[in-house]
Amino acid sequence: MDDLYRETIIEHYKNPGYRGVLDPADISFEDNNPLCGDHLRIDLRINADGCITDAAFSGHGCAISQASADILLESIIGKHLDEVKKMDKQDVLDLIGIDLGPVRLKCALLSLKVLKSGAYGIHQGESIELDLD
Amino acid sequence: MNTNLSRLRSDFPILQREIKPGIPLVYLDSAATSQKPSCVLDLMMDYYGRHNANIHRGVHTLAEEATGMYETARVKIGKFIHARSHKEVVYTKNTTESINLVAYSWGRKFLKSGNIVILSEMEHHSNLVPWHILRDAIGIEIRFIPVNADGLLDLAEYEKLLRLEPKLVSITHASNVLGTINPIQDIARLAHQAGALVLVDGAQAIPHFSVDVQDLDVDFYAFSAHKMLGPTGIGVLYGRMDLLEQMQPFLGGGDMIREVRLEGFTTNELPYKFEAGTPAIAEAVGFGAAVDYLTQTGMDVIRQHEVEITQYAYRRIADLPGVKIFGHENLNRGGVIAFEMTGIHPHDVAQILDTDGIAVRAGHHCAMPLHQKFGIPATTRASFYLYTEKSEIDQLILGLLKVQKIFG
Repeated sequence: MDDLYRETIIEHYKNPGYRGVLDPADISFEDNNPLCGDHLRIDLRINADGCITDAAFSGHGCAISQASADILLESIIGKHLDEVKKMDKQDVLDLIGIDLGPVRLKCALLSLKVLKSGAYGIHQGESIELDLD
Repeated sequence: MNTNLSRLRSDFPILQREIKPGIPLVYLDSAATSQKPSCVLDLMMDYYGRHNANIHRGVHTLAEEATGMYETARVKIGKFIHARSHKEVVYTKNTTESINLVAYSWGRKFLKSGNIVILSEMEHHSNLVPWHILRDAIGIEIRFIPVNADGLLDLAEYEKLLRLEPKLVSITHASNVLGTINPIQDIARLAHQAGALVLVDGAQAIPHFSVDVQDLDVDFYAFSAHKMLGPTGIGVLYGRMDLLEQMQPFLGGGDMIREVRLEGFTTNELPYKFEAGTPAIAEAVGFGAAVDYLTQTGMDVIRQHEVEITQYAYRRIADLPGVKIFGHENLNRGGVIAFEMTGIHPHDVAQILDTDGIAVRAGHHCAMPLHQKFGIPATTRASFYLYTEKSEIDQLILGLLKVQKIFG
């Protein structure tokens, strides 16, 4: 745990750089983690080349889910949507740098799930299922 | 701690376990499921090791023994709840299945569009969703007894709802979030005066204090073995015999029939009419052992111990800065304390406590509407049982201080 709640996680949770709402946004998507009631929304702005110029997240959740969202959004600024679509579980785990059990993995991956659902342009309410194995 | 009770911790093998080297388990999650004493585990092992057979129609020795063990447990459970007859004790999978059984077998036969069923705002999902399903299927109407800021039912509002001539009041005996113990005897008396039947979700009550279904005068009472020292996978629906007789079957299959022809079937006698297919035999046997253990320990002794532990925990948690407890503080309360820590998500609280071996639950505890009412997505919940010690509450407090330090 002392790893789980290492300083970077607590820092991103307390002072997130990407918390907020973009209005207008080019892509907005939101989803819940029904297990714990966490809710996350991500807004993206995309330029003519399909690259992400700005990103923001809002909602509520635990330190792991909120910090993961902040770290994930920080990493995708300037990236092309196609690169985002290719991101997987391991990319997020590498970014946050902590080891998680199966229950908390869902917390950390909620932001990736919401982000990829948005990137694929899926209709609200039909978010994608991530391979968690 | 009562000396008898402090001695009984050694009856629970899991309580001797270390979560990590040098870090013993502090189990404060008994409202989710209780731990099991050796006598339950041993009897289930003995059943599988020496007596295992399918029940009821076999004539060989093992089938006779297995049937005997399965039915002996039923008789014990019937006595434990003061049922008039063990035929009023229907084995199910759990409390959830028991409630679904009533919604299906009684609801679909005796309710029609527009009939009113009264629930409350403090119900577990297991006493909400079966009625939602029934409403969507046949058009019943559902009304809710409000919960006030202290976490108590608004009984004045309940009496108003009764004027609508409801057919059923289905209500929890004890809240799994607020700790509130509802006045079931009064609720049942008023319901009966208004012509309604009463179903009680006893999952959080019957493990902790003595329940007499005749004294409470309820029509149905649902509970699970695993919250009262027994195994998972088995529960009970107690039902008044005349009602069970009139109800339609639940699941169809073997054992629930008297006779089957290609064109149809006739149902078996009670309680087998509601027990289709090979049941959870070893689990029923283990349930019987759990009931024996509770009876020998004494439900009044257990209740007294839990009242002391809960009062102590309530005061200690309430004294922490930045912590809000949901539910009232008085003696007539169950051993669950759900709380919120300012600015810290319950998952983070639970995760940090886990590093010190302390098991609590974080989330909405299958009571999302109640959390919505109080405007919070989730809470942290510590819950206690006969084996909980004051020193474990002290550990919890130290753990919560650590959580606040990390997020401070």
